[in-house]
Amino acid sequence: MALKMVKGSIDRMFDKNLQDLVRGIRNHKEDEAKYISQCIDEIKQELKQDNIAVKANAVCKLTYLQMLGYDISWAAFNIIEVMSASKFTFKRIGYLAASQSFHEGTDVIMLTTNQIRKDLSSPSQYDTGVALTGLSCFVTPDLARDLANDIMTLMSHTKPYIRKKAVLIMYKVFLKYPESLRPAFPRLKEKLEDPDPGVQSAAVNVICELARRNPKNYLSLAPLFFKLMTSSTNNWVLIKIIKLFGALTPLEPRLGKKLIEPLTNLIHSTSAMSLLYECVNTVIAVLISLSSGMPNHSASIQLCVQKLRILIEDSDQNLKYLGLLAMSKILKTHPKSVQSHKDLILQCLDDKDESIRLRALDLLYGMVSKKNLMEIVKKLMTHVDKAEGTTYRDELLTKIIDICSQSNYQHITNFEWYISILVELTRLEGTRHGHLIAAQMLDVAIRVKAIRKFAVSQMSALLDNAHLVASSTQRNGICEVLYAAAWICGEFSEHLQEPQHTLEAMLRPKVTTLPGHIQAVYVQNVVKLYASILQQKEQVADMEEAQAVTQLMVDRLPQFVQSADLEVQERASCILQLVKHVQKLQAKAVPVAEEVSALFAGELNPVAPKAQKKVPVPEGLDLDAWINEPLSDSESEDEKPKAMFHEEEQRQAKHRLPEVDEEELARRREARKQEQANNPFYIKSSPSPQKRYQDAPGVEHIPVVQIDLSVPLKVPGLPLSDQYVRLEEERRHRQRLEKDKRRKKRRDKEKKGKRRHGSLPTESDEDIAPAQQVDIVTEEMPENALPSDEDDKDPNDPYRALDIDLDKPLADSEKLPVQKHRNSENAKSPEKEDVPVVEKKSKKPKKKEKKHKEKEREKEKKKEKERKKPSKHKKKHKKEKEERPKDKKRSRKKLPGSEEAPGEPMQNGALEEGPLPPMSSYSLLAENSYIKMTYGVQGSLQDSQVTVSIILENLSSSVLKSMELSVLDSLNTRMARPEGSSVHDGVPVPFQLPPGVSNEAQFVFTVQSIVMAQKLKGTLSFIAKDDEGATQEKLDFKLHFSCSSYLTTTPCYSDAFAKLLESGDLSMSSIRVDGISMSFQNLLTKICFHHHFSVVERVDSCASMYSRSIQGHHVCLLVKKGENSVSVDGKCSDATLLSNMLEEMKATLATC
Amino acid sequence: MIKAILIFNNHGKPRLSKFYPYSEDTQQQIIRETFHLVSKRDENVCNFLEGGLLIGGSDNKLIYRHYATLYFVFCVDSSESELGILDLIQVFVETLDKCFENVCELDLIFHVDKVHNILAEMVMGGMVLETNMNEIVTQIDAQNKLEKSEAGLAGAPARAVSAVKNMNLPEIPRNINIGDISIKVPNLPSFK
Repeated sequence: MALKMVKGSIDRMFDKNLQDLVRGIRNHKEDEAKYISQCIDEIKQELKQDNIAVKANAVCKLTYLQMLGYDISWAAFNIIEVMSASKFTFKRIGYLAASQSFHEGTDVIMLTTNQIRKDLSSPSQYDTGVALTGLSCFVTPDLARDLANDIMTLMSHTKPYIRKKAVLIMYKVFLKYPESLRPAFPRLKEKLEDPDPGVQSAAVNVICELARRNPKNYLSLAPLFFKLMTSSTNNWVLIKIIKLFGALTPLEPRLGKKLIEPLTNLIHSTSAMSLLYECVNTVIAVLISLSSGMPNHSASIQLCVQKLRILIEDSDQNLKYLGLLAMSKILKTHPKSVQSHKDLILQCLDDKDESIRLRALDLLYGMVSKKNLMEIVKKLMTHVDKAEGTTYRDELLTKIIDICSQSNYQHITNFEWYISILVELTRLEGTRHGHLIAAQMLDVAIRVKAIRKFAVSQMSALLDNAHLVASSTQRNGICEVLYAAAWICGEFSEHLQEPQHTLEAMLRPKVTTLPGHIQAVYVQNVVKLYASILQQKEQVADMEEAQAVTQLMVDRLPQFVQSADLEVQERASCILQLVKHVQKLQAKAVPVAEEVSALFAGELNPVAPKAQKKVPVPEGLDLDAWINEPLSDSESEDEKPKAMFHEEEQRQAKHRLPEVDEEELARRREARKQEQANNPFYIKSSPSPQKRYQDAPGVEHIPVVQIDLSVPLKVPGLPLSDQYVRLEEERRHRQRLEKDKRRKKRRDKEKKGKRRHGSLPTESDEDIAPAQQVDIVTEEMPENALPSDEDDKDPNDPYRALDIDLDKPLADSEKLPVQKHRNSENAKSPEKEDVPVVEKKSKKPKKKEKKHKEKEREKEKKKEKERKKPSKHKKKHKKEKEERPKDKKRSRKKLPGSEEAPGEPMQNGALEEGPLPPMSSYSLLAENSYIKMTYGVQGSLQDSQVTVSIILENLSSSVLKSMELSVLDSLNTRMARPEGSSVHDGVPVPFQLPPGVSNEAQFVFTVQSIVMAQKLKGTLSFIAKDDEGATQEKLDFKLHFSCSSYLTTTPCYSDAFAKLLESGDLSMSSIRVDGISMSFQNLLTKICFHHHFSVVERVDSCASMYSRSIQGHHVCLLVKKGENSVSVDGKCSDATLLSNMLEEMKATLATC
Repeated sequence: MIKAILIFNNHGKPRLSKFYPYSEDTQQQIIRETFHLVSKRDENVCNFLEGGLLIGGSDNKLIYRHYATLYFVFCVDSSESELGILDLIQVFVETLDKCFENVCELDLIFHVDKVHNILAEMVMGGMVLETNMNEIVTQIDAQNKLEKSEAGLAGAPARAVSAVKNMNLPEIPRNINIGDISIKVPNLPSFK
């Protein structure tokens, strides 16, 4: 044996291993791709071999290739094979490959569930560890649900190595399967005090991640964390805890006060900079949360800012960066304290390190005021000019726009200046934020009425120089500003100085190289311009000029008609016809200007972006109601020929609202945002009350900053923003002088000699009057809009699902799903049988069922108490079992598909005198060397259908696929097939079976008459595929529907039962079976289980039972036990059903 | 959470990539972009970088260290402490140094699987599992021992062959001309 192995390995040792592959790749620099494709072919060969070592080697190489960017998803199944190797060496390779290449879309991932479960419970801690590590990378919602309980068990493993991994992976499980959070949380909390520091650290890690997203749910843990903070010596843990406190303090100010002392202690004692920095950070958070209520903490804030200044001035760039980062946190609540360090921050803007510059930029945002805005923006503009990387330049650009437009242009006093800044920004090459600038131009031009004249003149200059900006026509490139320019010139054409000149600029042939959506705007606005020119000309009765303009339009528009862009083409064609018509009228000397202008009459007002959403829904309108009932889903294309005869139906289908999935919604939302961004009538800033600028007197002089631009950002013919800075300064200066004069006069008038305002008045923002009388038009909102702002949260946020109250006691229904075999479940609670189909779909019926059961159980208990005591301890024992599902799991290390599971009667009978043989509602359907089929039948009350659950177990070593179940329908019983398939078609089984695996498929049958038992012949066809090849196989079977299978366990109360018997419209029949040795209790349980009855009442050796058929027949039984015989009297609304039923029962009882 | 861990050399050649959930198709792009961002930075600037667009959002950061020929880059979100991660990188490199005995780029090139195994003992599913170097080395050694015992008799010839194959390993750097300088581990204040 050993010799054989050695021989095998000698054969293998000349196989290429990972090192050889790497070496090979390095030796084939020139034809790397070719070499690798060769290697992949080799790997494919190796994967076909049986030897697991060869396979593992191949998978190991694939993992390397994956890193280089080669697709290895095709090998997913082989990876699973290697994962299931028995040797740790190979298992580790398999799990590594899986963790690198598996994701939620990997379809074979569901095959790993059992393998992972096996590895998790492996006696070797490293097998378990490697499985946990792998799983942490590719856990899916299904895996999380199926394995949650196993992992939870591992959290109390004896080895800390496993414990810490199990604890850590729980976070991933929570993310994928949020229902597991509440049941698992108590144990997770326990682990915070684990004796092993590693486990403790893992638990802290998980809770911190959880708390970061939903801090309020974890406030109750604060004392525990406080204790940990003062006792732990692990810096990593301390950092995490301190960070967590930073998140908790805003919610609970009292916590902050307690924290200050231990935190300062830590700051003084620790040598680790990382810990020190986090302490400072949290102290800041504490101070911020405290000071919001009490202003006297501003001194401490000042202290923090001072400390941070020291960090920022440090030579260590890392500390500088972090100092700025922490500073921005203070800025949010205490902008004033940070503003005094403007010099330092502006200095950081010059740092050679981009990360630091970006942080400084962030800080600037909060530091601007009316007073210093121009200065700061000026400085930023010089940086824009100097910046090398486009990323940083784009960042600067967005920051400039952010800074200027913040809180509804609060800090802008001179919009002429702002427009010229925007125009200067259009000179940026290769920016991706053209649309941002365009949006700003539109926004300002629309909302600031006073600026329109200026804006129009700038925009027309921009259009005139379009060749400068149109050079880059990429999407969102700078050419986007032409969109805004064209629209502004068209819409506010009355302000144009030389409209004809602009018109010509817009009709240049070069325009056709612009992107389609911009051309479309050009075309539309050309007409607006044209209309206003016509009007001007006609007013002065200059008919010749008017005709010349028309001629120009007729000459130039065809270039747009030829556009490949449909939008442009359509608009141009329409307009061309319009202009030609105008030309005809002009030839007849008919005045047309009025009519053409009427096309564009009326002013458009901006609409708030959320306006549409806030329109209140009128009373009596239900938006969720169907206009027409939706057709069933299965109706699809296959039906088309049939649909010819159902035209009416088809039309209805068209009216149906399209069902939209999440992804599609997201896409549409994105598209809508995009559209809003380009639409001048949408304003993105949040609605705020109209800004009023008071004519506040008193303006201080502002020092002139001399800025020399090495490369001037200049658009020919356009004024520079610099000019405005100077102009603005002069203006302010003038205002100040005037004000001073006035004040002097007043002062002279008041009290001579007594200087009340001795010192110069301090500058304040409010003192600076805006240059233009600016009125910012507010966005329109619908009347009686709903004041709601809840729509800010992203419904797709995965962390939202984890917002769960953890302090509530666990409910029964919240237990983690325990993997168990179906049979055992059935055996234990026969009542459940009638709901499994529903169970999967919705939870409600299950709950109902549960309540019901509980009620019944209680009732039983009462009776029990009356009768006998000894059963009590047994009940207790059962209860314990329920409470600890994990114990159950251990004992149930079942083989897949094993038929026999120990059953215990749970209800319906009160006493347990003797052991009950295991029961199963599943019986053998058919079996051959490949597959074993067992089946069970359940009726469902709702739709008078029966569901046949078939467990298919693969007995062979091949993979079984393309399984199809065909059944010969009888007149009475039919199989429900997918819509559109004929009666002879089989129904496909929705899964494949790898070797040794079993799975369950359900098929629905409709039954017309249920009074007799039915038998249906059927065939299962499938393809068995193994290494040699695939073979088509068949297995015949006979499905037996007994009358009992049409009955569903329905509880009945004794009073209702009595009424039913009294009603008299039930027919009666009875049977008697001798030679019964079984105890009465077990007998009843058997009847309940196999024939779906429930016990109504039981007195000594006599019991009444009830059940109901899926078609609503009542079946009542009176079971009496004699010495060793049993007699059953039955009453039923259908005599045939009853007699058949009793025959079946006789057969069951005969075996007792 | 740690979103990704990348190791690449001065030329942008990936030596290790570990992504905690990222979609497959963007991985190479992220490696390239990260290299692009990191490589153009001077030696004496800070070790933090605001993530590029691909790495998803303003919440994320790149934290990196440059050792000899290799960049060690961690992409993390705001729940991680910046300086803490820098220390973690240090622990990682020191552990590699211990496990490979004077680690150099070649070790990482030829034994990427081992590097993965070491990393798996430190970071699991994007969360820090262990920061104690001795503990990590103990577990790695135990696993290596287990591996050896499994190979047993059958593994001997394979090991012999691989030893023969590796004999001409030193030639490789000359052929390909890469900087085979061992990663120097500077003394930095770390966790303990």
